[in-house]
Amino acid sequence: MANEINKEGRSLLEIIAETGKIPEAMNIRMNGHSCERRVSPNIDIKNKENKPGIDVIVKPNTIGEVVSIPVVITAGNINDKVYNTIDIGAGSDVTVSAGCGIHNDSDDCSRHDGIHDFIIRENAKVKYIENHYGEGNGSGDNVLNPETRIELMENAIAELDMTQIEGVDSTIRFTKIILHDNAKIVVTERLMTSGNQRADSTIEVIIDGENASAQIISRSVAKGNSVQNFFMSLTGNAKCKGHIQCDSIIMDNAKVASTPKIYAANTDAELIHEATIGRIASDQLTKLMTIGITEEEAEDIIIKGFLD
Amino acid sequence: MNLLEMKNVGVDIKDDVNNNKEILKDVSLEFEAGKIYVITGPNGGGKSTLAKCIMGIMPQNTGKIYLDGEDISDLSIVERSKKGIGYAFQTPAKFKGLKVGNLLKLAKGDSENSIEQTLRNVGLNPEEYLNRSIDNSFSGGELKRIELASILIQDLKLALFDEPEAGIDLWSFKLLIKTFKRLNRFTDTCIVIISHQERIMEMANEIVVIDKGEVAQKTVKNKLLSILNSNDLDNCELTCCERGELCGE
Repeated sequence: MANEINKEGRSLLEIIAETGKIPEAMNIRMNGHSCERRVSPNIDIKNKENKPGIDVIVKPNTIGEVVSIPVVITAGNINDKVYNTIDIGAGSDVTVSAGCGIHNDSDDCSRHDGIHDFIIRENAKVKYIENHYGEGNGSGDNVLNPETRIELMENAIAELDMTQIEGVDSTIRFTKIILHDNAKIVVTERLMTSGNQRADSTIEVIIDGENASAQIISRSVAKGNSVQNFFMSLTGNAKCKGHIQCDSIIMDNAKVASTPKIYAANTDAELIHEATIGRIASDQLTKLMTIGITEEEAEDIIIKGFLD
Repeated sequence: MNLLEMKNVGVDIKDDVNNNKEILKDVSLEFEAGKIYVITGPNGGGKSTLAKCIMGIMPQNTGKIYLDGEDISDLSIVERSKKGIGYAFQTPAKFKGLKVGNLLKLAKGDSENSIEQTLRNVGLNPEEYLNRSIDNSFSGGELKRIELASILIQDLKLALFDEPEAGIDLWSFKLLIKTFKRLNRFTDTCIVIISHQERIMEMANEIVVIDKGEVAQKTVKNKLLSILNSNDLDNCELTCCERGELCGE
């Protein structure tokens, strides 16, 4: 039976599911159950039959529509694992908004594992926005472990914008991308951790198609005693271009590791991996102080700009 | 009345073996509103330290600095900025993510200067630049212009420019000269430029030579330019002189 979205859930949705446009189709999941669903003539959403989760089917040549499938958790002691399949029809141009927000005032852990399988068919174009956020006054951890697997067919284009800025105590992120001929993807991941939070992110890109390209931009800020681990892997099996850029700002007593792997199995594969870890540059702070900004404000401005 | 007065200012730093090294020694200088000063001298002589000392980036160990008669010696960089001192860096900072428009908005503060017009004044098209982040995608010349804009947008009493001509092309250099002239003509800002360039010295009301951490000369431009042209700088005595008069000869 459908349950009502409570006040905390509404507030979380404003943070994680804002796309600037009312979605044509949506499915809101709260505390382990679907609680609101809308479909459009071009976008259908169905429950999976054998496991929790949904199938989102976008008809071929659907243009300009938004489908939003956020998850909110507003209590402690919830362990929600969900399998979603998103099938983007050939020639479509759509936005998919997902992500999860947790409001946990209890002393028990709440956890959401969102497993997303995308197939982006020939000539389709997708913008995928994923926001992860946690809040609450209890001592229970907020845990989010997303797995996103994306296959881009010939000439498909995807732009992924994945953000986790606040309040997630532990996350293990896994993203795998396979590109076929002429497919193109740009992934931007933004991550900030503080306190004793921990974040692991693996992004694995396999370029199988001729003239396909992938650009992965990962930006993170690690504060307090938090720990971040990045594993970035790029494989070129054809004439292709791939670029991973992984930059981290480290502060306080935080620890950041970045492990690159680039593997080419074709002489025409051009693969680049760049990784930097460093504190906020003192020349940046000094510049902002010379225009009247305090050091603390300057740090915030630099971090906000870096993650923007 | 002097806008800024440095009285017996000294700056020390620790060297590699932790010994004190004097970078500025007993510097006394006066700067007036509405005038252009060029600070020149050999590399490593203490020119940048002098400008950084005025901004508070390298605070003085001895002596006093007064702005409009108020002792600002113990004020922080931020407090000096709020009192109307600005500093254009020789090598401008790059910011991954911070946009040109945001930096200029922060620098502008309560000033009524227009961000768009200020960008145009330094030869940059606002539509093209406002939303670009100040990162490696910019050339050295573009970074210098943005740095310049971040100074021009403020209503400053004293604007310090550390080798503004370094790393810019000829076209930008002409624009730079024009920019200083405009700033001097339309505002009462005291302009202090660290430079080796004769074209910049030609704009100056007064030229200060800093060598080995001391004021070697302070003079009107024509006399110093003639000394520079005769390569007789080494013979200058280390004497600070009264404004408008060449001493140590």
